[in-house]
Amino acid sequence: MSDLDDFDRALVKALARDATQSAGALGRRLGLSQPATWRRIRRLHDAGIIKGRRLDLDAEKLGFGVTVFLGVKLATKGRVSLEDFERAVSAIPEVQTVEHVLGMYDYRLRVTARDIADFERVLRRRIMTLPGVGDVEANVLLSEEKRPGPL
Amino acid sequence: MLDDVDRRILRQLQADPTLPLPELADRLTLTPSRLSRRLDKLQAEGVLRGQRAVIDWQALGYAVEVSLRITLDKTQSNAFDDFIGAAREVPEVIEIQTFLGRVDVRLSVIARDMAHYQEIYRSQILTLPHIADIEALMHVARIKSEESLPI
Repeated sequence: MSDLDDFDRALVKALARDATQSAGALGRRLGLSQPATWRRIRRLHDAGIIKGRRLDLDAEKLGFGVTVFLGVKLATKGRVSLEDFERAVSAIPEVQTVEHVLGMYDYRLRVTARDIADFERVLRRRIMTLPGVGDVEANVLLSEEKRPGPL
Repeated sequence: MLDDVDRRILRQLQADPTLPLPELADRLTLTPSRLSRRLDKLQAEGVLRGQRAVIDWQALGYAVEVSLRITLDKTQSNAFDDFIGAAREVPEVIEIQTFLGRVDVRLSVIARDMAHYQEIYRSQILTLPHIADIEALMHVARIKSEESLPI
Protein backbone atom coordinates (compact mmCIF):
# COMPACT_ATOMS: atom_id res chain seq x y z
CA MET A 1 0.00 0.00 0.00
CA SER A 2 2.43 2.64 -1.12
CA ASP A 3 -0.57 4.74 -2.24
CA LEU A 4 -1.17 6.64 0.95
CA ASP A 5 -3.68 9.43 1.06
CA ASP A 6 -3.33 12.64 3.03
CA PHE A 7 -4.94 11.14 6.14
CA ASP A 8 -2.49 8.23 6.16
CA ARG A 9 0.45 10.55 5.74
CA ALA A 10 -0.77 12.79 8.56
CA LEU A 11 -1.18 9.74 10.81
CA VAL A 12 2.33 8.44 10.10
CA LYS A 13 3.75 11.88 10.76
CA ALA A 14 1.83 12.33 14.01
CA LEU A 15 2.75 8.88 15.31
CA ALA A 16 6.41 9.38 14.44
CA ARG A 17 6.32 12.38 16.78
CA ASP A 18 4.28 10.71 19.52
CA ALA A 19 3.30 7.07 19.23
CA THR A 20 1.22 7.07 22.42
CA GLN A 21 -1.63 9.16 20.94
CA SER A 22 -4.96 7.35 20.89
CA ALA A 23 -6.94 6.74 17.71
CA GLY A 24 -9.69 8.90 19.17
CA ALA A 25 -7.46 11.92 19.77
CA LEU A 26 -5.75 11.60 16.38
CA GLY A 27 -9.10 11.20 14.63
CA ARG A 28 -10.51 14.33 16.25
CA ARG A 29 -7.56 16.36 15.03
CA LEU A 30 -7.88 15.02 11.48
CA GLY A 31 -11.67 14.98 11.33
CA LEU A 32 -11.96 11.19 11.18
CA SER A 33 -14.02 8.92 13.38
CA GLN A 34 -12.24 6.87 16.02
CA PRO A 35 -12.95 3.50 14.29
CA ALA A 36 -11.85 4.84 10.89
CA THR A 37 -8.63 6.17 12.40
CA TRP A 38 -8.01 2.90 14.19
CA ARG A 39 -8.50 0.94 10.94
CA ARG A 40 -6.04 3.18 9.12
CA ILE A 41 -3.41 2.83 11.84
CA ARG A 42 -3.92 -0.92 11.81
CA ARG A 43 -3.41 -0.95 8.02
CA LEU A 44 -0.18 1.07 8.34
CA HIS A 45 1.11 -1.53 10.80
CA ASP A 46 0.00 -4.47 8.64
CA ALA A 47 1.70 -2.98 5.58
CA GLY A 48 4.92 -2.67 7.58
CA ILE A 49 5.02 1.11 7.11
CA ILE A 50 4.98 1.56 10.88
CA LYS A 51 7.30 -1.14 12.06
CA GLY A 52 7.15 -0.57 15.77
CA ARG A 53 7.85 1.94 18.47
CA ARG A 54 10.98 3.28 20.03
CA LEU A 55 11.45 4.96 23.38
CA ASP A 56 12.83 8.44 23.13
CA LEU A 57 15.31 8.53 26.01
CA ASP A 58 17.69 11.28 27.02
CA ALA A 59 20.94 9.30 26.79
CA GLU A 60 22.92 11.93 28.63
CA LYS A 61 20.58 11.90 31.63
CA LEU A 62 21.01 8.13 31.73
CA GLY A 63 24.75 8.54 31.94
CA PHE A 64 25.64 7.91 28.30
CA GLY A 65 27.48 11.09 27.45
CA VAL A 66 29.26 9.99 24.30
CA THR A 67 28.04 8.62 20.97
CA VAL A 68 30.60 7.68 18.36
CA PHE A 69 30.08 6.52 14.81
CA LEU A 70 32.63 4.05 13.57
CA GLY A 71 33.38 3.25 9.96
CA VAL A 72 34.78 -0.27 9.90
CA LYS A 73 36.61 -1.92 7.06
CA LEU A 74 37.03 -5.65 7.18
CA ALA A 75 40.55 -6.94 6.67
CA THR A 76 39.49 -10.25 5.25
CA LYS A 77 36.33 -10.76 3.25
CA GLY A 78 34.27 -13.77 2.41
CA ARG A 79 30.79 -14.87 3.27
CA VAL A 80 31.75 -16.64 6.46
CA SER A 81 33.71 -13.76 7.90
CA LEU A 82 30.87 -11.26 7.20
CA GLU A 83 28.41 -13.37 9.14
CA ASP A 84 30.85 -13.93 11.97
CA PHE A 85 31.55 -10.25 12.19
CA GLU A 86 27.85 -9.30 12.11
CA ARG A 87 26.93 -11.76 14.81
CA ALA A 88 29.77 -10.73 17.09
CA VAL A 89 29.31 -6.98 16.63
CA SER A 90 25.53 -7.13 17.16
CA ALA A 91 26.07 -8.85 20.50
CA ILE A 92 27.97 -5.89 21.96
CA PRO A 93 25.46 -3.95 24.13
CA GLU A 94 27.15 -0.58 23.53
CA VAL A 95 26.79 -1.02 19.76
CA GLN A 96 23.38 0.49 19.06
CA THR A 97 23.17 0.11 15.31
CA VAL A 98 25.01 -1.91 12.69
CA GLU A 99 24.63 -1.02 9.04
CA HIS A 100 26.19 -2.87 6.15
CA VAL A 101 27.25 -0.24 3.63
CA LEU A 102 29.00 0.07 0.28
CA GLY A 103 31.75 2.62 -0.11
CA MET A 104 34.92 3.39 1.80
CA TYR A 105 33.72 1.22 4.69
CA ASP A 106 31.97 -2.09 5.00
CA TYR A 107 30.05 -1.35 8.20
CA ARG A 108 28.84 1.66 10.03
CA LEU A 109 28.37 1.31 13.79
CA ARG A 110 26.75 3.60 16.31
CA VAL A 111 28.41 3.15 19.68
CA THR A 112 27.30 4.69 22.97
CA ALA A 113 29.51 5.05 26.03
CA ARG A 114 29.57 6.80 29.40
CA ASP A 115 32.53 9.00 28.45
CA ILE A 116 35.60 8.96 26.21
CA ALA A 117 37.51 6.64 28.56
CA ASP A 118 34.59 4.20 28.50
CA PHE A 119 34.46 4.47 24.72
CA GLU A 120 38.15 3.64 24.50
CA ARG A 121 37.53 0.53 26.59
CA VAL A 122 34.71 -0.60 24.26
CA LEU A 123 36.81 0.15 21.20
CA ARG A 124 39.92 -1.67 22.37
CA ARG A 125 38.42 -4.62 24.17
CA ARG A 126 35.34 -5.29 22.12
CA ILE A 127 35.50 -3.74 18.66
CA MET A 128 39.17 -4.10 17.73
CA THR A 129 39.07 -7.73 18.83
CA LEU A 130 36.16 -8.63 16.52
CA PRO A 131 36.87 -11.23 13.85
CA GLY A 132 38.15 -9.67 10.61
CA VAL A 133 38.30 -6.02 11.71
CA GLY A 134 40.68 -3.89 9.66
CA ASP A 135 40.65 -0.09 9.43
CA VAL A 136 38.42 1.82 11.85
CA GLU A 137 37.50 5.49 11.62
CA ALA A 138 35.80 7.24 14.53
CA ASN A 139 33.68 10.38 14.50
CA VAL A 140 32.22 11.72 17.74
CA LEU A 141 28.58 12.79 17.47
CA LEU A 142 28.00 16.41 18.45
CA SER A 143 24.37 16.87 17.48
CA GLU A 144 21.64 14.90 15.85
CA GLU A 145 18.31 15.74 14.34
CA LYS A 146 15.71 13.39 12.90
CA ARG A 147 13.64 14.98 10.15
CA PRO A 148 10.04 14.11 9.27
CA GLY A 149 11.03 12.96 5.79
CA PRO A 150 9.08 13.19 2.51
CA LEU A 151 5.53 12.67 3.79
CA MET B 1 18.78 10.48 40.41
CA LEU B 2 17.85 7.14 38.86
CA ASP B 3 17.75 4.05 41.00
CA ASP B 4 17.63 0.37 40.13
CA VAL B 5 13.84 0.33 39.87
CA ASP B 6 13.93 3.15 37.30
CA ARG B 7 16.54 1.29 35.30
CA ARG B 8 14.53 -1.92 35.37
CA ILE B 9 11.44 -0.04 34.17
CA LEU B 10 13.32 1.57 31.31
CA ARG B 11 15.04 -1.67 30.35
CA GLN B 12 11.73 -3.53 30.04
CA LEU B 13 10.01 -0.67 28.28
CA GLN B 14 12.90 -0.23 25.89
CA ALA B 15 12.73 -3.91 24.94
CA ASP B 16 8.98 -3.64 24.30
CA PRO B 17 7.46 -0.13 24.31
CA THR B 18 3.98 -1.50 23.54
CA LEU B 19 3.72 -3.43 26.82
CA PRO B 20 0.46 -2.52 28.58
CA LEU B 21 1.01 -0.89 31.95
CA PRO B 22 -0.54 -3.69 34.06
CA GLU B 23 1.67 -6.30 32.40
CA LEU B 24 4.76 -4.16 32.79
CA ALA B 25 3.92 -3.67 36.47
CA ASP B 26 3.49 -7.42 36.81
CA ARG B 27 6.88 -8.18 35.30
CA LEU B 28 8.56 -5.71 37.59
CA THR B 29 6.54 -6.81 40.63
CA LEU B 30 5.36 -3.25 41.18
CA THR B 31 1.80 -2.12 41.72
CA PRO B 32 0.38 -0.31 38.66
CA SER B 33 0.00 2.90 40.65
CA ARG B 34 3.61 2.81 41.81
CA LEU B 35 4.72 2.11 38.25
CA SER B 36 2.76 5.01 36.83
CA ARG B 37 4.17 7.35 39.49
CA ARG B 38 7.66 6.23 38.47
CA LEU B 39 6.89 6.78 34.80
CA ASP B 40 5.50 10.24 35.53
CA LYS B 41 8.68 11.09 37.42
CA LEU B 42 10.91 9.85 34.58
CA GLN B 43 8.93 12.00 32.16
CA ALA B 44 8.99 15.05 34.41
CA GLU B 45 12.77 14.73 34.73
CA GLY B 46 13.08 14.53 30.95
CA VAL B 47 14.73 11.11 31.03
CA LEU B 48 11.81 9.54 29.17
CA ARG B 49 10.87 12.01 26.48
CA GLY B 50 8.21 9.91 24.79
CA GLN B 51 7.64 7.18 22.27
CA ARG B 52 7.98 7.41 18.54
CA ALA B 53 6.64 5.22 15.78
CA VAL B 54 9.41 3.84 13.59
CA ILE B 55 8.74 4.39 9.89
CA ASP B 56 9.96 1.85 7.35
CA TRP B 57 10.79 4.01 4.36
CA GLN B 58 11.38 0.96 2.20
CA ALA B 59 7.77 -0.12 2.77
CA LEU B 60 6.80 3.38 1.60
CA GLY B 61 8.65 2.86 -1.67
CA TYR B 62 11.97 4.47 -0.79
CA ALA B 63 14.30 1.66 -1.78
CA VAL B 64 17.53 3.66 -1.70
CA GLU B 65 19.25 5.07 1.37
CA VAL B 66 22.56 6.85 1.14
CA SER B 67 24.72 8.21 3.90
CA LEU B 68 26.49 11.37 2.75
CA ARG B 69 29.56 12.33 4.75
CA ILE B 70 30.28 15.95 4.20
CA THR B 71 33.28 18.14 4.91
CA LEU B 72 32.46 21.84 5.06
CA ASP B 73 34.52 24.85 4.08
CA LYS B 74 35.21 26.07 7.62
CA THR B 75 36.83 29.29 6.43
CA GLN B 76 33.21 30.47 6.15
CA SER B 77 32.16 31.40 9.67
CA ASN B 78 28.51 30.45 9.15
CA ALA B 79 29.26 27.24 7.29
CA PHE B 80 27.51 24.89 9.75
CA ASP B 81 24.39 26.98 10.29
CA ASP B 82 23.95 27.82 6.62
CA PHE B 83 24.48 24.26 5.55
CA ILE B 84 22.17 22.70 8.14
CA GLY B 85 19.47 25.31 7.58
CA ALA B 86 19.47 24.53 3.86
CA ALA B 87 19.66 20.75 4.37
CA ARG B 88 16.50 20.90 6.51
CA GLU B 89 14.64 22.16 3.47
CA VAL B 90 15.33 18.96 1.50
CA PRO B 91 12.41 16.59 2.28
CA GLU B 92 14.39 13.45 1.42
CA VAL B 93 16.96 14.22 4.13
CA ILE B 94 15.74 12.15 7.09
CA GLU B 95 18.66 12.64 9.46
CA ILE B 96 21.23 15.36 10.07
CA GLN B 97 24.18 14.73 12.38
CA THR B 98 27.23 16.83 13.18
CA PHE B 99 30.56 15.36 14.22
CA LEU B 100 33.91 15.99 15.70
CA GLY B 101 36.37 14.11 13.51
CA ARG B 102 37.25 13.76 9.88
CA VAL B 103 33.62 14.27 8.85
CA ASP B 104 31.72 17.46 9.73
CA VAL B 105 28.14 16.59 8.87
CA ARG B 106 26.34 13.47 7.82
CA LEU B 107 23.03 13.41 5.98
CA SER B 108 20.82 10.36 5.53
CA VAL B 109 19.09 10.71 2.19
CA ILE B 110 16.34 8.43 0.91
CA ALA B 111 15.10 8.04 -2.65
CA ARG B 112 12.68 5.85 -4.59
CA ASP B 113 15.39 4.46 -6.87
CA MET B 114 18.84 5.35 -8.19
CA ALA B 115 17.46 7.72 -10.85
CA HIS B 116 15.50 9.59 -8.18
CA TYR B 117 18.58 9.64 -5.94
CA GLN B 118 20.69 11.10 -8.72
CA GLU B 119 18.13 13.82 -9.29
CA ILE B 120 18.06 14.73 -5.57
CA TYR B 121 21.85 14.58 -5.36
CA ARG B 122 22.38 16.89 -8.31
CA SER B 123 19.62 19.40 -7.80
CA GLN B 124 19.29 19.55 -4.01
CA ILE B 125 22.43 18.22 -2.35
CA LEU B 126 25.27 19.55 -4.48
CA THR B 127 23.63 22.97 -4.33
CA LEU B 128 23.83 23.12 -0.51
CA PRO B 129 26.18 25.88 0.71
CA HIS B 130 29.83 25.59 1.83
CA ILE B 131 30.49 21.97 0.82
CA ALA B 132 34.21 21.18 0.52
CA ASP B 133 33.95 17.43 0.04
CA ILE B 134 31.33 14.66 -0.07
CA GLU B 135 31.68 10.92 0.34
CA ALA B 136 28.77 8.55 -0.13
CA LEU B 137 28.05 5.29 1.62
CA MET B 138 25.22 3.26 0.15
CA HIS B 139 23.13 1.27 2.60
CA VAL B 140 22.97 -2.42 1.89
CA ALA B 141 21.34 -3.80 5.02
CA ARG B 142 20.51 -2.97 8.60
CA ILE B 143 21.89 -5.67 10.84
CA LYS B 144 20.93 -4.07 14.14
CA SER B 145 18.69 -1.05 14.43
CA GLU B 146 16.94 -0.75 17.78
CA GLU B 147 19.24 2.03 19.01
CA SER B 148 18.83 0.65 22.54
CA LEU B 149 20.89 2.02 25.40
CA PRO B 150 22.70 -0.53 27.60
CA ILE B 151 20.83 0.68 30.70
